[in-house]
Amino acid sequence: MIQQQLREKAKELLSNKTVDLIIGFGEWTLPLRTTPVFIRTPEGAESLVWNSFCENNLTAYLHKFSRLKIGLVVKGCDARSVVALNLEKRFPNHPPLLIGIPCQRLVDRKKVKKAVKGEILQAVEQGDLLLVKGEDVNVTLKREDFLYSVCQVCTHRTPHQAHILIGDPVEEVSPVEAHPDVVALEGMFPEERWNFFEKETSRCIRCYACREACPMCYCAECFVDSSRPRWIEKSFSPSDLAFYHIVRAYHQTGRCSGCGACERACPMDIRLTYLTQKLNQEVKDLYGFETGIQPEAAPPLSTFDPEDKQEFIK
Amino acid sequence: MENESVTTWEPKILAFLCNWCSYAGADLAGTSRVQYSPNIRVIRVPCSGRINPLFILKALQSGVDGVLVSGCHPGDCHYISGNYAGRRKSATLKRFLEFLGIEQGRIQFSWVSAAEGVKFSRVVDEVTKDIKKLGPLKKFFKR
Repeated sequence: MIQQQLREKAKELLSNKTVDLIIGFGEWTLPLRTTPVFIRTPEGAESLVWNSFCENNLTAYLHKFSRLKIGLVVKGCDARSVVALNLEKRFPNHPPLLIGIPCQRLVDRKKVKKAVKGEILQAVEQGDLLLVKGEDVNVTLKREDFLYSVCQVCTHRTPHQAHILIGDPVEEVSPVEAHPDVVALEGMFPEERWNFFEKETSRCIRCYACREACPMCYCAECFVDSSRPRWIEKSFSPSDLAFYHIVRAYHQTGRCSGCGACERACPMDIRLTYLTQKLNQEVKDLYGFETGIQPEAAPPLSTFDPEDKQEFIK
Repeated sequence: MENESVTTWEPKILAFLCNWCSYAGADLAGTSRVQYSPNIRVIRVPCSGRINPLFILKALQSGVDGVLVSGCHPGDCHYISGNYAGRRKSATLKRFLEFLGIEQGRIQFSWVSAAEGVKFSRVVDEVTKDIKKLGPLKKFFKR
């Protein structure tokens, strides 16, 4: 249904030349996956798909096509990334045309793979069920048991900022109050929290996939690549790995839409979203700011209020 | 350093002082012969808003046991609003590092004006006492 509407809309936008390029999701050869597709002709619109595996935040591709008029297929979190980027004046020529789809929360393929024995050869979505087929398995799973943790806590699934909305807005209630990792860690001692963090980051191979997948990481020179000053050594010492992950997360303060692209991109399955989710919570608590909700509100670290909390200052 | 016994251990504390207020406050403490703990190493910065959170992290990684950031009182900034901007960065960084597991009190912030030499000495003494209680920084520090 939504998929058909999306294709028709894309066809219309491309044939009346409203946009030069549509970035959306397409079918891929592996089960539980979709791939980004770049469509320039009305006929190509037939390759667009929409399902619970459309997990990429396609906003990250906008930086590569700054000269074109782009139509971008967005979920709630992606639309908020676009708003945040717009606040940072990233679209001086053509702000992208947002084709929004209210998100049904996405399925975590790693969780599905863990629950099913053997190789998965086919996965089909049917309403609230997932029909998973493999060489010796043929199971039906409940979709809601396999959602991404960031999707479970999401309360901004409808991309209200979109220029075109396909499908009806959804109810904004999350099944889980706060990110489960954040809640668990907040109940621990500092020592345990640091051990958890260090254990996670010790697996890092410094491929920077988390940075590349993030739409907000667009700096021409990242702090890890800078040689003057050289902030961080090119080593795998626990200290340097921790340093990288602290700063990568901290640089998202007040900018992260919580799409979870960083964690999905990680080849070592390092848990990363709990860091940015915690920062989002703090920014909301301290300054009442949520990324991408108000298109005009200045990012929290680029503005101030003389009445800001300062009980921690002597 | 490794062989130092606990009793002789003294914390190393890095203090980022803003040129216009806290650095002058420290100067006043010195010229007024006010005594304070000798554990701080001072780096003069133009403004507390100049502090990049990377400075603080780099300092902790390089082996200091604590960091103090001090600037002008709200409303007194030489650059009008630098300390307000700095305050937001400080607040978020402090909360984030504490969530990660860096102990509360490792990084501290204060407002010290050019006239507050006595307050400066008090702040330094308090920070030194806090960090002595926490002991040497064992995590994050790069050996």
